[in-house]
Amino acid sequence: MSPVTFYLLSSVGIFVVCLYGLIVHAHLIRKILALNMMGSAVFLLLTGVARRGELTDPVPHAMVLTGIVVAVSATAFALAVARRLYEECGRAYLPEEDPEDLSEEREG
Amino acid sequence: MLSLFFDAVLALALPLLAWRVLTTRDLYRAVILFIAFGLLVALSWARLDAPDIALAEAAIGAGLTGALFLNTVGGLVGRKRSPSRESDESREVAERREAIQSSPGEPVDEVMRPWWVRLALTVPILALGLALGWAVVSFPEPAIDLAQQASDNLEASGVDHGVTAVLLNFRSYDTLLEIGVLLLAVVAVWSLDLGRVRGGQAALSKGLPVLHGLVRLLTPIMIIVGGYLLWAGAKQPGGAFQAGAVLGALGVLLVLSGLVRPPLSDGSGLRIGLAVGFAVFLGIGTAVMLATGELLNYPPASTYGLIIIIELFLTVSIALTLAALFVTAPPRKEQGSKEHSEEKGEES
Repeated sequence: MSPVTFYLLSSVGIFVVCLYGLIVHAHLIRKILALNMMGSAVFLLLTGVARRGELTDPVPHAMVLTGIVVAVSATAFALAVARRLYEECGRAYLPEEDPEDLSEEREG
Repeated sequence: MLSLFFDAVLALALPLLAWRVLTTRDLYRAVILFIAFGLLVALSWARLDAPDIALAEAAIGAGLTGALFLNTVGGLVGRKRSPSRESDESREVAERREAIQSSPGEPVDEVMRPWWVRLALTVPILALGLALGWAVVSFPEPAIDLAQQASDNLEASGVDHGVTAVLLNFRSYDTLLEIGVLLLAVVAVWSLDLGRVRGGQAALSKGLPVLHGLVRLLTPIMIIVGGYLLWAGAKQPGGAFQAGAVLGALGVLLVLSGLVRPPLSDGSGLRIGLAVGFAVFLGIGTAVMLATGELLNYPPASTYGLIIIIELFLTVSIALTLAALFVTAPPRKEQGSKEHSEEKGEES
């Protein structure tokens, strides 16, 4: 196994872990963290793919560079929305994932 | 052998760290782990011969994004929730929610879906992981060798560095749209009007002499580093994005230390600075249509000059955008301070 394969498998691992976390956790900060790391996993996959041939492919590198900047602006927007939601409703959860409903389900 | 071992450990550490980020009880700790995750990702990109994106990830992915998260978690902690929705709820329910909700000073979150949902989820998630894992180890050979094509045409691109050539010449349309996305993100964040919201604005520290001294010391260094990265981008790793990231981080530092006040006069200078990258890029992109008849198809003789001009303005806009996203509040109309022009002068 070449080192590139390690990183390709690692990106799959990160993606899957974060997808699970995204669904399971109710807190919005947690969800945004998971989404951001899923993006990193995709970037890692692209970087690994770029490294497979004998020449390093600059096209995926440029895509990832663009992607990093877009990811930070999307994250900033998501965090701003979360904070506004907190200010309006006093909670950092989506309405259908209210912590008290979830805790009732857990108990009952 | 040793390097193979290092790669294996790094590749294994990344998913484990991601798992820790999502399961740590304390949200502050989760964000710190997230920053560590970003730095390890940057390290793995350095191992994969991608120094350009390793630089950008260390500055933006780990540094700035981490600062954004810390700022938000700080904004959600230690403040009473507004009682708007509790009028029709019984006291008991409110108290229990209070217990679940984070207590001041310790942003604890362990609210998850019930155990049977989690158990049922593990099967499809594991299946997805196995399928994706199988897919990435049995990738087919690419039909078009883009690496070869890019290096064959590097001569015609006006610059000597592959990534810069792709970003600003071969695929400049993508980069143009990306700058548009950045502008859009600032407009969207500003439209949420977090300036009115308590704690919505970045916390400012006043009168910390050590911090002030450090920032005064770092400011010229970071400007030089940013300028160097921009200039170096033509022939080696570096370019507008990395330079913009460094200068954006400088902007955040200046705001945090209170040396530059964020509600910047009527903000017209800031607004122009945010838009100038996109405007210049689009302007040059359409102007070259007169010469070559195609959007963003630069005339061969002046390619290098045009790319440098575009990158210069892109750097200003990217730096200001990243700083503005951190500050979040839009500039106020009624205040008339001059600080902003200083900041702009430094960054351009």
